[in-house]
Amino acid sequence: MPQIGVLAVQGDFEKHLEAFVRAGVAPSDLREVRVQEDLDAVDRLVIPGGESTTVGLLLQRFGLGEAIQARAQDGMPIWGTCMGMIMLANRVEGRDQWTLGLLDITVKRNAFGAQVHSFEDAVEVKGLDEPVMGVFIRAPIVTAYGSGVDVLSTYEDKVVAVRQGHLLGTSFHPELTTDTRLHEWFLTF
Amino acid sequence: MNTLPKANTKTWREKVGLAEMLKGGVIMDVVNVEQAKIAEDAGAVAVMALERVPADIRKDGGVARMSDPEMILGIKSAVDIPVMAKCRIGHFVEAEILEALEVDFIDESEVLTPADHANHVDKHAFTVPFVCGARNLGEALRRCAEGAAMIRTKGEAGTGDVIEAVRHMRTIMGEIREVQNAREDELYVLAKEHQAPIELLRDVKALGKLPVPNFSAGGIATPADAALMMKLGAETVFVGSGIFKSAASLSDSERLKSQARRARAIVESVLFYKDARKLAEISRNLGEPMVGINCSTLSDADRLAERGW
Repeated sequence: MPQIGVLAVQGDFEKHLEAFVRAGVAPSDLREVRVQEDLDAVDRLVIPGGESTTVGLLLQRFGLGEAIQARAQDGMPIWGTCMGMIMLANRVEGRDQWTLGLLDITVKRNAFGAQVHSFEDAVEVKGLDEPVMGVFIRAPIVTAYGSGVDVLSTYEDKVVAVRQGHLLGTSFHPELTTDTRLHEWFLTF
Repeated sequence: MNTLPKANTKTWREKVGLAEMLKGGVIMDVVNVEQAKIAEDAGAVAVMALERVPADIRKDGGVARMSDPEMILGIKSAVDIPVMAKCRIGHFVEAEILEALEVDFIDESEVLTPADHANHVDKHAFTVPFVCGARNLGEALRRCAEGAAMIRTKGEAGTGDVIEAVRHMRTIMGEIREVQNAREDELYVLAKEHQAPIELLRDVKALGKLPVPNFSAGGIATPADAALMMKLGAETVFVGSGIFKSAASLSDSERLKSQARRARAIVESVLFYKDARKLAEISRNLGEPMVGINCSTLSDADRLAERGW
């Protein structure tokens, strides 16, 4: 049976694994994805928070990036949180940075500033009755998006969650809270 | 740079959250913009901005203090990854200055000369998260009690000798296992022995790990060293002098190229620490590592890890 994959190249992947377990997923249905063989075993993928330059370099260097791109073309659902959303984006503002280039958005890194400006606040998400607690850590925002992109959340007029078909991107970190609604929702993609 | 902080900017979740984002990575000491860019391009998850790497602090002697804000700001503007900086143990004004500079993490570090013979900084009073060094479980938990959002083994900074980092990591992990195996009613005595709060010992027993991420530092010089620390339980490694003190005999331009290769190899070794074949590939042709100092030849006064209470 296909497993749920969490990219474990670098970042807070353990927090996503824990969140899926809280959402009722059996640990045996979860898989840390580091190499092609792992990717082949999963039918959906979360790209966690972390550092986008680090993960970008490692995905490029060992070929896993191309493999993820191919699976995404075939319709595999992917959810990127924070760094993960940067990895999914087509463009990074002000930087010539390699990304997977799957989601038709432009992102701005560290859009709220340094760590002292990290914050948490309630965020409305289209499709959810109650807001989620958005934990923003040196978070990116979406500064431009194509017509195929559905904006799910804005915070102070900044776009912080988007969906494009089977691809989901959030600026914030639901995996650091005990609220599993977004993890459960992603499993329905 | 001084927009007012938003409401809810001091939560524990964000402080530890940033440490979580750095897991599975390499944090590199850099002394100028050129090195910072090499580190970022090699895949560092963060840089530690300081005027002298620990190997030079050892060589120069004297009092080692917080770095010049000018150089810290220069590095901050040159890279997009988080920038850390060091304050002296107990020197809360240096910490306040670093917070005003908006560094992303403060290392209250034994590598600098301590400013207080008894007290560490009250880290709960700050918005910026702190990392602190530890040699054993009690020291780690005392730092957590003061508000550290990340612990790193101290090792022996600036030596390129991994033996002390190994000793400290084995000690901490062994003491965690001991707490896990203890009965609830034995935790009071363990709290006394470790000189640590009982509540934090209960957390350790429940979690089977420290309440905050546990990184490793102090003597890591090669991809094999980094992988060794990961296998012993580190969640990320700091590499101080090990990168930018390597290839010392080469010309300037050749040296930078060699250091960039080593930096990149150490990043890769943290990802593939369980895969010896990959490590063999990664370790090839890296040139000369830092010469280093054998820790067993250090006098007590030269042992930085003894600093901190």
